[in-house]
Parts: sequence; structure tokens; C-alpha cells
Amino acid sequence: MTSTTLTPDRPATSRRPVRVGRPLTRVSGLGLGVAMMWFSLLVLIPLAAVVVTASAGGWSTFWQAVTNEQTAAAIELTVGTAFAVTLVNIVMGTMIAWVLVRDRFFGKRALEVLIDIPFALPTIVAGLVLLSLYGRNSPLGVDIANTRPAVFLAFLFVTLPFVVRTVQPVLAELERDVEEAAMSLGASRFTVFRRIILPSLTPAIAAGAALSFARGVSEYGSLVLLSGNLPMKTEVTSVRILSSIENDNLDSAAAVATILLAISFAVIVLLDVIQRRMVRRG
Amino acid sequence: MASHPSTRTRRGPVTYLVRLLVIAYLFLLVAWPVYLVGKNTFADGMDNINGILEDPDIVHAITLTVQVAIIAVIINTLFGVGISLLLVRYDFPGKRLLSALLDMPLSVSPIVVGLALVLVYGGRTGWFGPGLESMGFQVIFATPGIVLATVFVALPLVIREVVPVLEEVGEEQEQAARSLGANAWQTFRRITLPSIKWGVVYGVVLSLARSLGEFGAVKVVSGNVLGQTRTATLVVEEKYLNFDKGGAYATAFLLALVAVACIIIVSVIRPKEDR
Repeated sequence: MTSTTLTPDRPATSRRPVRVGRPLTRVSGLGLGVAMMWFSLLVLIPLAAVVVTASAGGWSTFWQAVTNEQTAAAIELTVGTAFAVTLVNIVMGTMIAWVLVRDRFFGKRALEVLIDIPFALPTIVAGLVLLSLYGRNSPLGVDIANTRPAVFLAFLFVTLPFVVRTVQPVLAELERDVEEAAMSLGASRFTVFRRIILPSLTPAIAAGAALSFARGVSEYGSLVLLSGNLPMKTEVTSVRILSSIENDNLDSAAAVATILLAISFAVIVLLDVIQRRMVRRG
Repeated sequence: MASHPSTRTRRGPVTYLVRLLVIAYLFLLVAWPVYLVGKNTFADGMDNINGILEDPDIVHAITLTVQVAIIAVIINTLFGVGISLLLVRYDFPGKRLLSALLDMPLSVSPIVVGLALVLVYGGRTGWFGPGLESMGFQVIFATPGIVLATVFVALPLVIREVVPVLEEVGEEQEQAARSLGANAWQTFRRITLPSIKWGVVYGVVLSLARSLGEFGAVKVVSGNVLGQTRTATLVVEEKYLNFDKGGAYATAFLLALVAVACIIIVSVIRPKEDR
């Protein structure tokens, strides 16, 4: 991903042409203009409209909308569950990535496909899928529909690929020589993992965790059928915003949406920082 | 790769334990539930599938979904390849900010996407909506709104695939072509496009899967009118909530089938360039 990024302290006198990119020509400048206009109309102006609408009524209106008892409960549930799910993903995702890279057995390709299913499956279908095993007619006899564990389960499903897919390539690139050297010097497997493998994986794990947190917080579709959207109990932030929209209360919808936007923006900034740190190391 | 010299046995009990744990986890979380949807769909033979294929409203919903997805994929591919070229090959102020903002749609809640579009393009109170409507162009609660929402949510997928490939292939060949007198378009078509081909294909397949399956954002902007602006994912919800579980399972099965097919296509394509 970052293989050609130029180190800034390198003098421009090296024999290879410096790859910082050319200045814009007339055609590419025009292209950039068109692209930016489209991007603004589609993404930037609408997202700005959310923030502007939220702030139009002043701070007190915003605060009132956000601290409304039912809304606060929804935000708390969403952020709390997304956080817990992210912790599970850090452990399970790293483990899955390790199995995919280092282990070898029959049917491993099938696991690769399974990892991507939550990413490609429509979220409403994801809800239905989970309901068929963990709902009323569960063959396992576990019925968690309309409860808080259902929210946890749905988040777990939709965020599955993120840590796995960020850790996997980094793990595949790791040099095994260092590990073997440590082992030959008497380090146990656990020590090797903790002192050698884990430190190199940390930025990738952090990036995956941030993505999975952002995805969890913004989840909507998979919960529609699964969690029942009971106020104060299983209602997440997105559902709360939707019911404000449906009641034609766009101002309070925008206020709550601003909270979600702030979270996703924070995640993006965090990712940028992590990625640049990874570049510096690599 | 496969002939890595392994001097000691690497497979302790921990290896098997971790492998078992991972398989059990994925089986319970993904494989079994997905299998059950297929099983429930065909519980009465082909009745459920035939049922939805004979319902004109559902056929309309599926057609609409496919049309919207194709338009969205075309827009995102053109935009994605163009912006990737600009980001990798050119220098301009604000490049890093733009590159960070382009990822924004991936982490924004679909409901917020819908809300944002309604606030700008809504016919009654939106910023541009009333103006567009007076020109006879309705966006929200009509097909253009569904297209906008779908394009929004799938926007970064092509870019994320094409940018690393462009960085990888470098610029030497393009420069050579230019110095031999090729113009910009010839260089792009003969040199750049063939080298990023698989990145583009991969991005297109992912975008297609994402576009066919968008639910939340479409729900907000479409108005969900039966036979007009109801898409396939909305049919799943509607059918399930109206206790027509057979119809819900059948529609979900069709959507899942396309999604899984997309993943398998991608996993077949990918090793060609990676390994």
C-alpha cells in the first residue's frame, strides 16, 4: 500500500526520478475540478448540511436533542457494544489472521471466503441470516432475538473482516528469520509472539480495530429484524436517527447524526496517523 | 513459499487449539447461519423462489435494484479511476485531506447518509431540493435519490483497490510512452489501463456487491413505494415484517447468492496478481 512513498529527508538528487507526482496539467486540472464538484455535491455538501442543521438551533437545542433520555441510552448502547465487539475482534481477528497465514490445512480457502461474506452480504440479509440460527426457531435452542446480546452478535458479524484483513498482509510479510533466531536462543513460543510478532502487528491491529469500531457504531441494517429496536433497551443510534427522520424532526436527527459523524471523523484521523507511522517504520 | 525450511516441528497443541477455535467461531458466526437461509428458502422446494419471481412488484424491485447498482458502479468506476490517477500521479494542495475524506463514506452510518441527502436534495426543505423540483427534477423519493445514496456508500471501494496498484506499477512505462510521442489518452488506454486492470475489476465487483445490498441509506431516500421505489433489500424487510417469511428468505437468498458469487469471483481473480 505504501511501497513507493518517498521518505521526505531523501535528497532529490538520486538517479531515479523522484516520485512525488507532477504538477497539474490543464486536462488533469479540469479533471480534478469535475471530480471535486461531484464529490462536493454528493458527499461534502450533504455532510456539511447535517452539521449546519444540527448547529442551526444553537448549542442548547443540540444538547437537548443529544441528552434526551432515549437518545442518550441509544448512544451509550451503540458505543459500548461497538467497543466490546472491537475488543473481541482484536483477539479473534488476530487469531484468524494467524491461522490464515501460518497454518496450513484442507479447506483453508473456504475460510477465506467466509471472512469476506459479512462485507459483501446486504446488511438486512445479515440480520435475517443471524436470526435463522439465533432467533425463535433456532436449531441450537438459543433465542436472543430482541435482546441486547443480539445487538452484540450483529455487530460481531458485520465487523468480522476488518481486523483480519488489515493484519493478514502484515503478518504475511513478516520475516521469519528473527523469530527463528529468538527461538534458537531459547525464547518460548509465547515470548516470541509477545516480543517479536505482536509489536510489528500492533499498528495493523489498531487500524483494523478503528475500522471495526466505526463500522459497529454506524450499523443499522442487520439490527432491523434482529434486535426489535426496543426503546431504552435494544435501540441503537442509527435507529434513533431514523425515527426522528420519520417523525419529520430533521433537526434532532441531524444533532444525533453529528455525534456519529464526529466519531467516524475521529476514526479517519486516527487511521491517517497510524498509517503514516507504519510508513515511517516500513 | 511452500518450501520454507522448517527445522523444528511448528505444530504444537496450541496450533491445533487455535485452528479449532477459529473454525468453530467462523462456523457459528457465518457458515451455519448462511447455510440456514439457503435451507429455509428451499424448505418447500422451489415454491418460495417461484413465489417471488411471479410477483410483479418484487420483479420490479429486483430490476430497479440491478439498474441502480449498474449505474452506481459505472459512476464510481469512472470517478474512482480518475481520482486515483490524480492522487497518485499528480501533486496539488489538499491532496492528503482529500485522500482521507474519500474514505469517509465507509465509516458513515447509512442512515446518516440518507439524512444528509434529504437535507440537501429534499423536495420541501432541502438546500437545493426545491430549486431542482421547480425545474421538474425530483431527487428524494425517486430513483435519482436511490442512485445518489448507492453511489455514496460504495464510493471508496474502487479507489481503495486502484491506488495501491497504481503506486506499485510506477510511472516509468507511462513516461516512456509519452517520450515516444503518445498522447495522454493513448498512454492511459495502452499502458495505464492494462496494468491496473485487475485492481479495477476487483473494485468493480466489490462495488457491485455493495450497491446491490445497500439498505439503510436507500430506505431513507426512497420513500419505499411499492412497485416504484422499493428495492430488493427493502422487500426483504417488508416481507419479513408482514410474516411472509418464505418470500423474505427467497429474496434474501437471491441477494446472498449474488454477494457470495462476487466474493468467490474476487478470490479466484486475486491470486493471479498476489502469488
